[in-house]
Amino acid sequence: MTIPAAWYLVLAAVLFGIGVFGVLTRRSALIMFMCIELMLNAVNLTFVTFARSMSDIGGQTTVFFVMVVAAAEVTVGLGIVVAIFRRRSSTSVDELSELQG
Amino acid sequence: MNHVAPLIIVFPLVGFLLVVINGRSLSNRLVGTIATSVVGLSFVASVITFVLLLHDRSREVTVQLFTWISVDTLHVPAALLVDPLSITMCLFVTGISTLIHLYSTAYMDGETDFRKFFLYLNLFVFSMLTLVLANNLVLTFVGWEGVGACSYWLISFYFERDAAASAGKKAFIYNRVGDVGLLLAMFLIFTHTHMLTYVGIFSSASLLSPTIATLVVLALLLAATGKSAQIPLFNWLPDAMEGPTPVSALIHAATMVTAGVYLLVRMSPILALSSSGRLSIAIIGGVTAFVAATIATAQKDIKKVLAFSTVSQIGYMVLAVGVGAYGAAIFLMVSHAFFKALLFLGAGSVIHSLGGEQDMRKMGGLAKWLPLTFPTFLVGWLTISGVPPFAGFWAKGDVLTNVYAHDKPLWVLGVLTAFLTAYYMSRLFVLTFRGTERFREVTHQHDPHESPLVMTAPLVILAVLSVFGGVLDLPWAHGFSLTHFLTPTFGVVAAIPAQSTVLQTGLAAVDVVATIIGLIAAFTIWRGRVESSTYELPFFEHVWHWDDAYDAVLGRPLERVAVVSNDVVEDRIIDGAVEGLGGSVQRSGEGVRKLQSGMARQYALAMVLGATVIVVYLVGRVR
Repeated sequence: MTIPAAWYLVLAAVLFGIGVFGVLTRRSALIMFMCIELMLNAVNLTFVTFARSMSDIGGQTTVFFVMVVAAAEVTVGLGIVVAIFRRRSSTSVDELSELQG
Repeated sequence: MNHVAPLIIVFPLVGFLLVVINGRSLSNRLVGTIATSVVGLSFVASVITFVLLLHDRSREVTVQLFTWISVDTLHVPAALLVDPLSITMCLFVTGISTLIHLYSTAYMDGETDFRKFFLYLNLFVFSMLTLVLANNLVLTFVGWEGVGACSYWLISFYFERDAAASAGKKAFIYNRVGDVGLLLAMFLIFTHTHMLTYVGIFSSASLLSPTIATLVVLALLLAATGKSAQIPLFNWLPDAMEGPTPVSALIHAATMVTAGVYLLVRMSPILALSSSGRLSIAIIGGVTAFVAATIATAQKDIKKVLAFSTVSQIGYMVLAVGVGAYGAAIFLMVSHAFFKALLFLGAGSVIHSLGGEQDMRKMGGLAKWLPLTFPTFLVGWLTISGVPPFAGFWAKGDVLTNVYAHDKPLWVLGVLTAFLTAYYMSRLFVLTFRGTERFREVTHQHDPHESPLVMTAPLVILAVLSVFGGVLDLPWAHGFSLTHFLTPTFGVVAAIPAQSTVLQTGLAAVDVVATIIGLIAAFTIWRGRVESSTYELPFFEHVWHWDDAYDAVLGRPLERVAVVSNDVVEDRIIDGAVEGLGGSVQRSGEGVRKLQSGMARQYALAMVLGATVIVVYLVGRVR
């Protein structure tokens, strides 16, 4: 029994929606990061799905690039979050508004 | 010839370079000796070239130095044209320069900028000789600008003095106006003949239409009025007296100011094409001669009198050119160089003896204190006044005879000027050398001292030349006169109607009578006076309000334009535009900065909304 491609896409859409909702509502930088990762992986899932259904290896290749970039981004991002936490003992992004106009 | 002629201009250049390069390591004495001897050598080279030219059958030799500019159809050689006209100029320029250099070694002794003075003087001689020897208009222009620059430096030689600095600027700017004329003439000639060398221009002069020829002549006249201080550009010359007296003698009396006359005579084949152009020249010359002479009657500064007298005498030369008497113009130019250099150097000697005083009201009775300056000045005075048999009588007579043949009203003006010349020069003579001694206050009760030999020797030589200069061109020596020598270089003008000896003698008698009346008038009026508001008309003293007129017509309107530019154009329009632009950018920035809240989640929301819009748009397009 094969699961239809549409299901994967629906799952991906739901995951992406959760990610967006999390980024927009949560204040903690760490949680926002996790939500971003969720969004990235939701997109990855759509890539893989289409790669299978269209028998095109390109989609899967792209996923690897996304994973590498995401890993690098997390490294830098977490580094920044840790540095901020050291100074302020809080990771609320709403407090980090010094660069306002 | 090819080897000697370039040396005429090379020697002063070498002197200039020697002093420029080694100036600081040479003593003043050595600098003076070098500067004087290079000009002397240049004179010797001129004499040798002159002798060689006399033995040359064609009397016209072009000495190629090198190709200067060669672009497409424009070819300008650096070449010298040795012909009777240029060699005559060279002889008197180098000769008088040598004497004045010698005089300056003593006159300028003790000046802090002694070396700089001789530097400029050598450079001036080099430029002047380039001007007269050049075989094309472009090279002449180089010399023309060179003498202008040296004149500027030497007028403002005492640049710490405000008057000297502004006099230099005034001279420079007036000269620039004239220079435009020379450039325009050059452009006109080149566009119509494609020639710039004199020989080439004259051989293709037929390509110039009468209108173009007249325009060229008028442009040349403008150039001459600038350089030779003629109406309407004459009033820089009296101010130029701020320079040291030897400079006034050399540049602003004997040589540079005659460059305009030289240019007109050099271009005489073009002048021959335009009778209306020649008439304009004659009128400008005649009127300048008269106006300057009237001004000279009311000046109190000894050098100012001589300056206006120079303007007046050059007016005679221009008048002579205008009536086509080129030979007479050059004859007067040479004689004038002798006697005006003599008068200026004599005045310099007087000023020197009084420790720098130039006001004639503070002179008087100097005859017995200056045993060499006095007799030489006496000769200069008689010469310029036109007393026979001195050079001035012959030269001025030659000019006036020719003017009489062509234009009677201008001749009357010329005779009036001759009377005024005798009058103002006698006034100067009486006020300076005769009458009571009024200089004690200036000299702190000391006796005035005669100048050293190096200063008086040039005076004696110039006095001798002034006495015998007339033999250059005696009216009855047709075959061996200066005019006869020069004539091959002149353009053909309508032949002067032959004048009977009786008429010539009659005209000479009129000159002499005018002179004698002038002398008597001056002696009667000024023997017992020092100043007089009746005889020194304020209108003349203030130079016919010529400067004021320029001020009213050019100076003040331009100043108003400048004020309006500053207050309205600059403040309101330009600054307004710049500040308005800046202000509007700033105000819009104030508005836009509110968008930068610093809240990361707001940015994220904006991104999400933006992405949604894009997706909706793309989906819409797919449908």
